[in-house]
Amino acid sequence: MDPTSSLISILAIALTASPLPLLMQRYGRGYAALGSALVMLCCLAVLASLVMPVMAGATLLASFAWLPEWGLALSFRLDGLGLMFSLLILGIGLLVTLYAYYYLDGHDRLGRFYTLLLLFMAAMLGVVLSENLLLLVVFWELTSLASFLLISYKQESYESRLAGRIALAVTGSGGLALFAGVLLLGHITGSYELSVVLATGDQIRAHALYEVMLILVLLGIFTKSAQFPFHFWLPQAMAAPTPVSAYLHSATMVKAGVFLLARLHPALAGSEPWFWLVSGTGAITLVYAAYLAFYRYDFKGLLAYSTVSHLGLITLLFGLDTPLSVVAGVFHIINHAIFKASLFMAAGIVDHECGTRDMRRVNGLFKFMPITATLAIVAAGSMAGVPLLNGFLSKEMFFAETVGHPVFDEMSWLLPAFATLAGILAVAYSSRFIHDVFFNGDPVNLPRKPHEPPRWMRAPVEVLVTLCLLVGIFPQWSIAPILHAAAGAVLQQPLPAFHLAVWHGFNAPFVMSLVALAGGIALYAMRRPLYALYDRLPTVHASIVFERAHERLVAAARSLLAWADSGSLQRYLALFFAFVLALGGWAWWSAPAAALPVVTQVADAASLVALGMLAVAATGVVRLHHQRLTAVVLTSVIGLIVALTFVRFSAPDLALTQLAVEVVTIVLLLLALYYLPPSTPAEDDMPRLLRDALLAVAAGVGLGAASYAMLTSPFETISGYYLAQSVPGGGGSNVVNVILVDFRGFDTLGEITVLAMVGLAAHALLDRLLLKTPAHDGEGRAWASERHPLFLQMLMRPLLPLALMVSVYIFLRGHNLPGGGFVAGLVTGVALILQYLASGIGFASARLPQRLPLFLAAGLACAGGIGAAAWAFGFPFLTTTHGHIALPLIGDIELASAMVFDLGVYLVVVSVVLMVLAELGKLSVNQAEAR
Amino acid sequence: MEALIAIAIGLLTACGVFLMLRARTFPLILGLTLLSYAVNLFLFASGRLRMDAPPLIRAGASYTDPLPQALVLTAIVIGFGMTAYLVMLALRALSESGDDHVDAKEKQ
Repeated sequence: MDPTSSLISILAIALTASPLPLLMQRYGRGYAALGSALVMLCCLAVLASLVMPVMAGATLLASFAWLPEWGLALSFRLDGLGLMFSLLILGIGLLVTLYAYYYLDGHDRLGRFYTLLLLFMAAMLGVVLSENLLLLVVFWELTSLASFLLISYKQESYESRLAGRIALAVTGSGGLALFAGVLLLGHITGSYELSVVLATGDQIRAHALYEVMLILVLLGIFTKSAQFPFHFWLPQAMAAPTPVSAYLHSATMVKAGVFLLARLHPALAGSEPWFWLVSGTGAITLVYAAYLAFYRYDFKGLLAYSTVSHLGLITLLFGLDTPLSVVAGVFHIINHAIFKASLFMAAGIVDHECGTRDMRRVNGLFKFMPITATLAIVAAGSMAGVPLLNGFLSKEMFFAETVGHPVFDEMSWLLPAFATLAGILAVAYSSRFIHDVFFNGDPVNLPRKPHEPPRWMRAPVEVLVTLCLLVGIFPQWSIAPILHAAAGAVLQQPLPAFHLAVWHGFNAPFVMSLVALAGGIALYAMRRPLYALYDRLPTVHASIVFERAHERLVAAARSLLAWADSGSLQRYLALFFAFVLALGGWAWWSAPAAALPVVTQVADAASLVALGMLAVAATGVVRLHHQRLTAVVLTSVIGLIVALTFVRFSAPDLALTQLAVEVVTIVLLLLALYYLPPSTPAEDDMPRLLRDALLAVAAGVGLGAASYAMLTSPFETISGYYLAQSVPGGGGSNVVNVILVDFRGFDTLGEITVLAMVGLAAHALLDRLLLKTPAHDGEGRAWASERHPLFLQMLMRPLLPLALMVSVYIFLRGHNLPGGGFVAGLVTGVALILQYLASGIGFASARLPQRLPLFLAAGLACAGGIGAAAWAFGFPFLTTTHGHIALPLIGDIELASAMVFDLGVYLVVVSVVLMVLAELGKLSVNQAEAR
Repeated sequence: MEALIAIAIGLLTACGVFLMLRARTFPLILGLTLLSYAVNLFLFASGRLRMDAPPLIRAGASYTDPLPQALVLTAIVIGFGMTAYLVMLALRALSESGDDHVDAKEKQ
């Protein structure tokens, strides 16, 4: 395989193979662990083939376009830093796989655990191997999600779920900040590819948005790496099983933050804000977390706070921003991962064997588990910075970099003093861990008698502690090559000269180490008065503060929701109108001044009279809407005037449609009134009436003014094409009809589909509905005894064929003269409904087709089918054709395929009108049957 | 004439909005009907007001804009569908809650 496909296959294996343990679980818990180990070994084997070129200084790139227009590419990168992290992720992952097999109980679902672990591993590999920054953010969020699932692995425990939620909230929102920061970074550099971003550091630092972007990116980093004040999620996350703590929350995931510090160092570092923000945050975290670690009773909590403190140390090193401090930071990432993972595993063994993590009860274990104790003591020594162990080396480099840092010239003693203080605290909490757990008397009241763990449970700790010693004693031989490769990749420039050795002579850093060791032991010796003092200090639990803030936020959201979602439709509608008015008003006032009004038509007496009637009718509807029947009659007056307006201004089709719809609507409303209360109760809520009147007047004035402005502004039609093409292209001279069935046929198809839904809704809403029917009308008069007046019956029956004839005529002429499917359908519908009204449901039902939905479907099929037929001839959907046919006697007539479409419209309209009105009419039959 | 149409549209809108804000279903339906008239007139007016110029192709004739007419034609029919749906919903709500308030609450 060539290097780039190897690089891709590492991630491909990691991402696709994560369900393997879940699938292998059925063969036994050992197989689940085996599945996990197999995936990691495969990745490791592929990675091994890439070690040589990368160690030689090469940067491997592999890229596929994904969403190129958004700058998102599936591009990956393997350089020294990525290699170092990948080795840590896969190596410690393998050890954790073995360890977890013994740590987790027999009845645990190991398949799920290992699958989540692999998912996390894949995401983490994605973070360290991404070349594209957007891709990196995606993997970054995936690690947060995987961490959430692993922390809350013990789903039945409230503490686990809470810890998982806090971790997700903190790291997840940090991830969003990082996302925003990365978008800004892409905006500044014009690319999301790391190669470009890393090469444009000067341009980035000079940009006006540099500080904003830096803060956003750092928010992502600090939340992930648990820096003050976001540190609290990490000790909480110790609710996770210890293998998870060892893997995610000490060795790898929390290092993603400092990884990004290292990764983006060439692009972002080298400025004042970087120095102060990064080193300041790191320094506070370093000392504050070390101080808290010293006072823990729970030894896992002690390790958690010490992890936070060490992450602060690494952050501080990158913040100090000298070439050697960066090397020291990279070095400490490796060292910390090794000794802290082994410490967590040892702590897990102790917890597993003793059943408690309280150092007031867990004492004197050296007698019971001497080998584990020795291993833990060595690892803790490394954490404290004892010579001959790896932690000592990077700590010495840290001390050396604090001495004479260029920024503090006057106060040059300050930084070394601070570093020594941190060293003292580290020695103190390490001593406490060693002394309290393994010595200090006898165990107190333990649930079970501790003993050495199974042979292979200890093996991962042995491997890691051996590494501590190897690196600590033979640094030049063991760690130097990978450190050179990684630090070189971070700095993107030739490395400063440095020499890894145990003994550098009797210099300032060595003195600081000695002071730290002595001071730390002295501090631990005086622990009793210190603990007493600490117990009297007020304590601030950041996680409780966070949880309270979270609860307040939820409560605020609830009350906002209760206010906005009050359940009152009137209020929603009023808010909606007010909002629309505000938007319209804003657009009105911010619009540029319009041209002078152009009045083209002179008002005449007839129009004035019509407007007067309209005004009387409209205000009448409002005034008399409590008397519902009167209001319906007045509404029909308005409908008629609107239809006349259409006639006046050259819209015969509209007038016909309006008239037909008017008739159907009035019949509909009258039918509804039979069931609804005949009058509306009076309202006495003056403020509400006033509010509504105000909204109504504002809406009326607004739309009226907008209409006037529109009518008097210069006009240019966009319909020239339709007018020119109607006859040659559409085969009809009624342009409105040709637009409906041909040019814009697709819209009409959508429209009749909506109508068809109304028809079906009639069935769904009204079927078997029972309503109380009043015994008398609104004024207390009994209904007429004659249900179906003979006169009406006799008039309607001969009218039916005439009406059908008219509708056929209207339908056929529609393509060339006013008419068409809509109007013809409405006329047919009215004619049939009149039969129901005149002769009763029983009479009409017996004579009219009952399966109306079939007609509805036929109509839609006609319209859609003729549209689809165009495909058969290789034309787009709804292409029409037309031609001349000579019929005997009638002569030459022009036929257009659009007429079939119009027939579909006709069928749908007829069926819908009948379905709605007949269903309403049938309600009275339902009542009769119910009685 | 433009002013007359604008006044008609404004008047119908005001009456429609006021009725739509009432608490009972029937005035709401009437209000929606009035508002549809107003909106249809508004849409229609966007093609401007011309007399004796229907969009029917004849020799030597001039035409008003056919596009708003096509839009309004479908709007009228959809408006009917909407009214019909609301009427049915109102009847259903009446049957479920026992009164015709717009915030129909389930019968206790």
